[in-house]
Order: sequence, then C-alpha cells, then structure tokens
Amino acid sequence: MTQDQPVRGPTAVPAPSAVPRPAAERAARLRAQGLTLGYEGRAVVEDLSLDVPDGLVTTIIGPNGCGKSTLLRGLGRLLRPRAGAVTLDGESLDRLSTRRIAQGIAVLPQAPTAPEGLTVADLVSRGRHPRQRWYQQFSSGDEQRVREALAATGVLEFADTPVDELSGGQRQRVWIAMTLVQETDILLLDEPTTYLDLAHQVEVLELVHRLNRDLGRTIVMVLHDISLAARYSDHMLCMHDGAIVASGAPDEVVTADLLAAVFGLAAHVVPEPVAGRPHVIPLSPTAAPAVP
Amino acid sequence: MTRNAFASTAGAGHVTGQNAARDAIRGAHSEAAPVPRSGPAGPVADGATVGCVPAAASGAGFRSVRVLRAGPVSLRFRPRELLVAAVLTAALLVAVTVHVALGGTPIPFGQVLAALAGQPVEGGVGLVVTEFRAPRTVAAVLVGACLAAAGAIMQTVARNPLASPDILGVTSGASAGAVAVLVLAGSGAVGVAGLAASVGMPAAAFTAGLAAGVAVYLLAYRRGIDSYRLILVGLGVDGLATALTTWMLTLGDVTNAAQALTWMTGSLNGKDWPLVLPLGAAAAVLLAAAVAAGRWLLLGALDRDTAVAIGLRLGRVGLLSLTLAVLLAAVATVVGGRVVFVALASPQIARLLTGSPVPPVAVSALVGAVFVLVSDAVAANLFATPLPVGVVTAVLGAPYLIYLVMRPPRRTS
Repeated sequence: MTQDQPVRGPTAVPAPSAVPRPAAERAARLRAQGLTLGYEGRAVVEDLSLDVPDGLVTTIIGPNGCGKSTLLRGLGRLLRPRAGAVTLDGESLDRLSTRRIAQGIAVLPQAPTAPEGLTVADLVSRGRHPRQRWYQQFSSGDEQRVREALAATGVLEFADTPVDELSGGQRQRVWIAMTLVQETDILLLDEPTTYLDLAHQVEVLELVHRLNRDLGRTIVMVLHDISLAARYSDHMLCMHDGAIVASGAPDEVVTADLLAAVFGLAAHVVPEPVAGRPHVIPLSPTAAPAVP
Repeated sequence: MTRNAFASTAGAGHVTGQNAARDAIRGAHSEAAPVPRSGPAGPVADGATVGCVPAAASGAGFRSVRVLRAGPVSLRFRPRELLVAAVLTAALLVAVTVHVALGGTPIPFGQVLAALAGQPVEGGVGLVVTEFRAPRTVAAVLVGACLAAAGAIMQTVARNPLASPDILGVTSGASAGAVAVLVLAGSGAVGVAGLAASVGMPAAAFTAGLAAGVAVYLLAYRRGIDSYRLILVGLGVDGLATALTTWMLTLGDVTNAAQALTWMTGSLNGKDWPLVLPLGAAAAVLLAAAVAAGRWLLLGALDRDTAVAIGLRLGRVGLLSLTLAVLLAAVATVVGGRVVFVALASPQIARLLTGSPVPPVAVSALVGAVFVLVSDAVAANLFATPLPVGVVTAVLGAPYLIYLVMRPPRRTS
C-alpha cells in the first residue's frame, strides 16, 4: 500500500528471475526438514523446513531473537538439531563427520576470535584444515588458495600482519577469506556486516555479490539492515518467533505489511533509485519533521 | 486530530521535496553507477582475481607462514621457535651439569661430566653422581617438563593463561592422595616405610590427581567446556583438596606432618632410580603425545564455532588434550609433589620467547625443565638450610602471576 506512494524513477525490480521454483529440476543441496533447534530448555526454532536455493544469495531477516542466527547455526551444524535434520546432498549432517561437512559448507560465525598475534596468512591458512593431513600442513596448492582468497577479499597486503592490528572492516574480510579457502559451494555468513560502518558494510556485501556471481557460490546470510539485504539478495526469508513467515524475491518479502506485522514498524517501502529494489523508510511520528 | 491533519499535509510536502532531492542524488549516482552494481570496471576486475590469480601474485610464500616441502609432504615450522628450542636445549644441558655439581658438596664440573659420560672417577664421586645426584636431576627435568607441557595444553584448551594444573585441582588432588596414605598407613612413630611408601603413596597420588582432574572436567562440562567455568570449578576442587589435606594432617603425628609437607610444597629430596625411571619412561611417552597434540591446539584456540566450522572435532580434541594434560601433571606430582607456578609460568614464558600465538608445547617443556633445575639448585645451595624446590618456584613464579593479572587485557578480534 505504501508502495503506491507517488514515486518517480525505476519502479520495476529487475533481476530476481532466477528465484527457484520449489522442487523444479532437482532438490536443493542444503535442506532443513522439520528442524527444531534450541538452547538449554528453550526451543528457538520449531519444526522448520527450508530448501536453500542453489547458486543464489539468500538473506534471512527478522527481529531480534526470532531465531535467524540459531537457524544459520543449525544449517552449519554448529547447533545440533533436537528434532528433524539438516541435509547436504540428501545426507543428514548428523551422519557426516565435521571435517566432511567443512568440505561442503563454510560458516562465518557471529563473533569469531583469533588468538593474539596470529597473522592474517596464518589464520586464513587454517581454513584449509579440512583438506589437509598431518603430513600435508601447507602445500603449494594450499598457499595458492590462501593467496587467491586474500586477493579476492582485498587483504593480501596485510598477509603478515597480526589480525588484532587490523580495523573492523579489514578483519571481517579476513574472516570471510578464511571461509573462502575452504573451497565450499555453500557459504553461511552470520551478520557479516555487524559493527561495520556503511561503507564497509557495502564493501563486504559487494564481495558476497561477486562470490556468488563469479564463483557461483550459494550464500546464506543473516543481516539486520533490510534495505541492504534487499539490495544484495536474490532470495529473502523473514523469520518471526522461530518460523519462516515470508520467503521469496526481495520485493515479495519486503513490504510495509510485513514490516508492520513482524517488526511492529510503520514504514514506507519504496523502490530505491539505483536498482529499484525495495527500500525501507521508517515512519516516525516524532523525529525529523518535514523540511518545509 | 489537528496534529494528524498537519502531519499529512506536511508529509505530502515532504514527499515532493524528497523527490527533488532524490533526483539530485540519482544524478550523482548515475555518474558513479559503475561502482555499485552493474559496471564492469571496478568490482568485476577485482572479482576476476578470485578465479584466476595473476602470475605476479603467486610465487614467494608468506613471511609469517614458513613451510618445508618435499613431494607430497609439507611441514610448517616457525624459525624463531626452532632457534629458541635450540638455545633452551643448550641451556638445559648446562643446567643439568650445574644441578649435579651443586647437589650437595660441590663437585668439579670436569668430574661431573666424566662421571655422566661413564668414565671412571676417583673416590666414589662416580657413585655419588650416577646413583644419588643424577636421579634427582632427572626428576627435576621430568617434573618441570611435564608440568609445563600440562600447563601449555590447559591454557590453550581453556583459552586462559590462568588455567594450569595448579589451579585446576590436579596437583592438590595428587598431594591429598599421598597425604591420605601417609596418615592412614603411617600410624607408627616411624612414619610410612616399605611398600606403602614406595608404591602406595605414588599410586595414591596419581589416582587422586586423576580423580580431581576428571571431577573438574565433569563438573565444568555443560555442552562443551567453558573457560571460566573450568577455572572456577577447578579452584573449588583445589580448595577442597587442600582443605582435606590440612584436615588429614591434624589426624597424623609430627613425623607424618614433616613428610606430608614435602608433598604439599614440592620437593625433589631423596628421589631414586626405582621411582624416577618408570615415571620417566611414562613422562617421555606423554610428552611426545603432547607435542603431537600441539597441531590441534592452535585450532582449538579459535572460538568454538570457528573451530568446528573448519572441521575440528572440538569435543574429542578437548577431551584428549585435557586427559593428556592431567596425566602429565599427575606424573609430575607423583615425582615431585606440588611444585607450584611451573605449569602456570613456563608456557607464557615460552610464548613470549617464541612470539607464538599459543604456547608451543615442546618449548614450554624445555622452559619448565630449566626453571625447575635452576630453582632446585638455588633451593639446595642459597640458604644454610636446604629448602624444598616448591618454595623457590613459588617465590619466582608469584610475581609473574601478579604481572599476568595486572597486564592490560588481551585484544581479540
């Protein structure tokens, strides 16, 4: 409804034609079936089923505490399901070794930490662990992969700098590089833009976009900024109270109705002027009086 | 109501105003359009390096990741760590010689070396060196190396430089076990002798040390091991074991109390081959395993989620490493009693010397061995009455602990 506001400029939302028809040619590689996840006594996600669309950027949005990070941790076997299963190529993650999973899925957790003094190259090279043996600690192939990942994330110049001496944005790119050297088709990123200023957020999302477009990686990420999520995603999921309440192309998911229902936020949703993706403009009864 | 009406008209004005502003912004954007999404210039060129790296980018390795490669084998090493290990090995040999030479009436170094080399030496010096002093020296090396290796593992697994067998209850548990045998078996005025002393006390110390370690692990385990929980539970078990020891002392007589004190403060007095040899063999095996486990330790020092995400079986690795650490600490305590601060300080000294992100196990063991050898030599010679080695390690180690606590907090990423 708010989208009917008089808005000039590109209104047609391009691109997300690649959004998969469920159960089209073949089943998605990463799926959740009847997944229940929780901590201690509390179930955070209950009986959730999901097909992660192959080869697309999928973003999970939702209010704080809705279970989006929990879901991502479940998809990446960092949290063991209480019921149901996550399957990779039809096999339950519970039945695969964590090493085997690490060859198929790379996960960037929400707040990764490295020991003090560890250099960028050293840290990123540890991402090769699932493909190494005790007598193959760093082959020239490994080195090549690390170099490529550092170049792709733009941190090659910091290769020999301790990670703790980098800025937040650089550090985040280093951690993403570590997931890249795993050479997995699927990347799960838990709030990769947290604590970053807008320019660095865009930088990280540009990187995500390139990884998807140039390398065909399937990416699932959790983001808080809905407008940025809409801008950089092919597919979006909105969660509320541990359930997926909306999924589809950004313009299908990001609507004023959904924001009101799920976030309790009154907002306009307008197509942004560059790519025409939905953009959220919160309505505020108090702040920012109109400029005469 | 009036406010609403006002708001809506203002809103309308706002929208048109905004349109103008947006046009202006879009104008700016269309000039910069290649940058954000569609333009092939910036991002795509960068992106191309993802797939195929320019030739210039390959070649020389990373300065901070040194590798030895031969065929399919590639081994990492840290040049500085190797250098430090070499220097410490030399220092260890010197310390061993000094320790033997000063273990009582001073013996000239030439004679010590000759006796250690198995050459005949005049006047029973050979016997003194190989039968009386050498076992004590080996005991010192064993205690230092085992405690330091145990400390290195515990500190890394717990991600906390305060974690050590001293604080996690293993050593105090072991000394409680030994004192229990002392009090229960040594009812006579002569104290404990015979089988109870030569087998019973070491066995009891070992068992009690293990039991304390297992208790701490089980009590601290809740879907994995959390650093603070481990240390707090460890402090609790440590306190209990110490209290138990003190209580048992009140049950025994004075002779027992004196003997018990050596278990409680740590002493290398009167160690002989029958005790040192078998435990030395066990220690050698455990130390080799600890060095091999070092490969996991760095990965384990990442946060839990990252470690699991790159394929580390965190639960298994943590359990194996901690088991190894508890065994090492128990062996050391059986030999030397409760020699404090070695396990706490040595790994951090090794870390500072090597500049390594986590304490390297082998270098820590070398530091520990030298630390105990030097402390024991000082304890035996500096004062009129020889002191137990644990007193000296405490005097040297306590200031270090205070420094650790006062140090600025670690930065993490």
